[in-house]
Amino acid sequence: MLSDEFDVEENNSQSDILNEGSNSENVDLSDNSLQVVISDALSEKDRVKFTVLSKTTLPDFQRSEFSVVRQHEEFIWLHDQFEENEDYAGFIIPPAPPRPDFDSSREKLQKLGEGEGTMTKEEFLKMKKELEAEYLATFKKTVAMHEMFLSRLAQHPVFRYDTNFRVFLEYDQDLAVRTKNKKELFEEIMKSLSKTTDEYLLSATVRDVNDFFEQEKNFLIDYYGHLKDATMKSDKMVNKHKDVADCYIKISSCLVQLSTFDHRELDWFLNRFSETLEKLRKVEGRVASDEDLKLSDTLRYYVGDSFAAKRLLYRRLRCLANYETANRNLEKARAKNKDVHAAQEVYDAEATQQISCEKFEVMSDKGKEELIDFKARRVSTFNKNLLELAEWEIKHAQHQIDILKTSLEMINSEEKKSTLNIELARRYQGSNCFNLFMSMNLNNLFVSFN
Amino acid sequence: MTDEKLPPMMATDDPVDDEDDDIFSSTIDDLSSLRNEELFASLATVPPPLTNISLNEGSSTLLESDVPLNNDHKEVQQMTSKNVISNGFEEEINSKENDTPSASEEINQVEDIPNVSINNMNFENIENGFIKISISETTKVGEGMSSYVAYRIVTRSNMTMFKTNNMAVLRRFSDFLGLHNKLTEKYLRNGRLIPPAPQKNMLGSTRIKISGNQSDQATSAEFIEKRRLALERFLKRIALHPILRNDKSFADFLEQDCELPKATSTSALSGAGVMRLFNKVGETVNKITYKMDENEPWFEEKEVQIENLDLQLRNLHGAVEVLVINRKELAHSSGSFAKSAAVLSNCEEHTGLSRALSQLADVFEKVESVRTEQANTDFSIFCELLKDYIGLIGAVKNVFHERVKVYQNMQHAQMILTKKREQKTKLELTGRLDKVGFVTNEVSEWESKLSRCQDEFDQISKTIKVEFEQFEINRIKEFKMVISSYLEEMINHQTLIIKHWQAFIPEAKAIA
Repeated sequence: MLSDEFDVEENNSQSDILNEGSNSENVDLSDNSLQVVISDALSEKDRVKFTVLSKTTLPDFQRSEFSVVRQHEEFIWLHDQFEENEDYAGFIIPPAPPRPDFDSSREKLQKLGEGEGTMTKEEFLKMKKELEAEYLATFKKTVAMHEMFLSRLAQHPVFRYDTNFRVFLEYDQDLAVRTKNKKELFEEIMKSLSKTTDEYLLSATVRDVNDFFEQEKNFLIDYYGHLKDATMKSDKMVNKHKDVADCYIKISSCLVQLSTFDHRELDWFLNRFSETLEKLRKVEGRVASDEDLKLSDTLRYYVGDSFAAKRLLYRRLRCLANYETANRNLEKARAKNKDVHAAQEVYDAEATQQISCEKFEVMSDKGKEELIDFKARRVSTFNKNLLELAEWEIKHAQHQIDILKTSLEMINSEEKKSTLNIELARRYQGSNCFNLFMSMNLNNLFVSFN
Repeated sequence: MTDEKLPPMMATDDPVDDEDDDIFSSTIDDLSSLRNEELFASLATVPPPLTNISLNEGSSTLLESDVPLNNDHKEVQQMTSKNVISNGFEEEINSKENDTPSASEEINQVEDIPNVSINNMNFENIENGFIKISISETTKVGEGMSSYVAYRIVTRSNMTMFKTNNMAVLRRFSDFLGLHNKLTEKYLRNGRLIPPAPQKNMLGSTRIKISGNQSDQATSAEFIEKRRLALERFLKRIALHPILRNDKSFADFLEQDCELPKATSTSALSGAGVMRLFNKVGETVNKITYKMDENEPWFEEKEVQIENLDLQLRNLHGAVEVLVINRKELAHSSGSFAKSAAVLSNCEEHTGLSRALSQLADVFEKVESVRTEQANTDFSIFCELLKDYIGLIGAVKNVFHERVKVYQNMQHAQMILTKKREQKTKLELTGRLDKVGFVTNEVSEWESKLSRCQDEFDQISKTIKVEFEQFEINRIKEFKMVISSYLEEMINHQTLIIKHWQAFIPEAKAIA
């Protein structure tokens, strides 16, 4: 019962995260003209099928309500389409959802199966239940991440009109997106490698004229690194916390076993202790999962988001570099064609320069907006989640205290009762003997009387 | 007391209880015969707080084994109200000894010179026949491989076998082992449960000897602290034992302000150590191979129970150890997250968020210390209790084995006696009367030997029963107490966590 109740809570908080980004991003867009939710998800072997349900009042869509089945790869494809579209160079592209990863759960399950002989049946069942719960939580989290990606796109004033996005939502056939084959993967790696080197080269060679962007760049690079580090650490912490909670299972089952062999007086006591530990385990497990949800996941999401912001800055820098090249080309062309009037070359260069300039300026404006937006979004999300984290921690600690106090009270009252019983027994025995004594005396009297 | 004496008088007609009655009355004989006269005399002046004496008084006529058990129970309660038997956390003493600055608050100042200021006396707390022992501090004596750690044992007692009420001595680890050996030699044969001394740990002690840098010193300080607590518990267990606490060598150990003769045989590398090893191997083989046909169901039952208990306790101990390790790692990872969060807060642009993050780092640092504390509690309260009891159960097994050995002797005597008797009848039949006289002497000699063995066997069986009951009572008490205090500690930890997080809430609210 308790866990059920909790699942609901978890669900709520997950969808909270989900709506968070979009709400703060565009307050004026709360008109809900396009709503996207993942109504259902199905796990088949190692792939997950998401049912994407959309409701819209936008005229671009054929119907107002429709649903499609999509897989993770299709989400990635959509993300890549946004990444590669030059028109969106000035925007922070929402980070792609992480690949559904049930490997760790599966691995644990396998390990558990191997170790089945070494533990009691009860313990095994508990561990299995624990793992199933973990699996379910991971599953829900994955779904939530995918949904968040879509809803951020849907709330975005520009992205929501994207053709690919529309196709993704509307086209009820398979998108025929396949996973990249080896060659493409290799190309991808090379591309990202060249991008990274390009990034370094650009940051070394191109001097940004705009202080805002220069600052943002420095900040984001640091920030991204530290966020990543913090995420790793908090993941580690959460995992350890889960391990600690799992330890309680073993201990409480050992206690129960011990109590079956032990002295009758300790039997009850050990059982209570084991029950207490069992309750504590549940709370500890919830502390761990809440830390995971409120802390690690927030951090993790912003690792992705700040990476996206970093990409935006890179694209802008690239654009700036292009603009500068265009400038240089123009100068060169002018110098070369000094004598010749209105040479084609100069025109071309001028045009290119013009376009680059415009592009750069538009992009800078957009980028600035987006970055400021990113910051506001980040601050409010952190605000909310940290507050909730603190509240949950306090609630759980309070819960633990309550559990401990009740069991202590129970133990103490039982203790009193048992000492009382001994007293009573002794008194009873005493009085019994006294009665016996009396009756014997009476008997004696009787005999003598007779 | 009078109404307690009443029942046995009345119930003597009950034939079922006769047997038990018998056992106890003869146990008492055994107990009183074991104690030396002068000790008894000295104790008699003091109202008896201890089981054996009250047994002596009341139980010669007690009828049911339950009744002395209850009786013991009460005494133990009394005792525990004076001597807290928990894992060496004798707050009581600490609070009472506030006036002596060397009290256990300043535990473990490795490089400190021993503080000799136990002259202050506190008469108001002195109760009848108590021994309060604490190991107040540790000192490293000497340098290099020949160095050792000396433990300062502070004892307060009003028992007349001590010359003064307050004693303080310096002892080293091998002295403790020596004490254990002496007690074992003296009492194990009688079926007494000797609390086991802490295990030797070559690696740990060597590390202390050669510890140079800071981190080494931290680990060795931890090692010494653990050992200090274990030794303290060892002494307290002896002090709780009705017989062992009156022992001369125990008193000397606590009292004599000079170095004890070095217990050479405790060293693992000495010749005696090797001999001991051989003996141990021989005994183990004996234990495994020899099965006595048990004629007393009590022992049969208890032996099975002890075996099970041993197994279960070991399992539990293993599980708790894993918990301790995990908890430590959790504390560590909380700490490293706190550091990451601090770095992150440095780099965060938004002032509110940056402040909140640095506060978060702060909270996690505090949480780290709470979790470390939790791991320590897990270890020092729960884990050590189990470890001690695994050791104690080993002692119980030893005592049981001792009984088996006596039984073996008895069987041996029986066998020889039968042989001699056969020889005698043979000789009588063949008419060689000249040799009959010699053999008759031998027969009577072996007869008396057999009866001595028999007595010894009966005695040890009875002593073991008494000891075991006492052990069980103590165990139940101690388990209950320790687990309760463990739960209380857990409450404290959670309270701290609440406090830390509550301090964070206004910061989190102030972000936006």
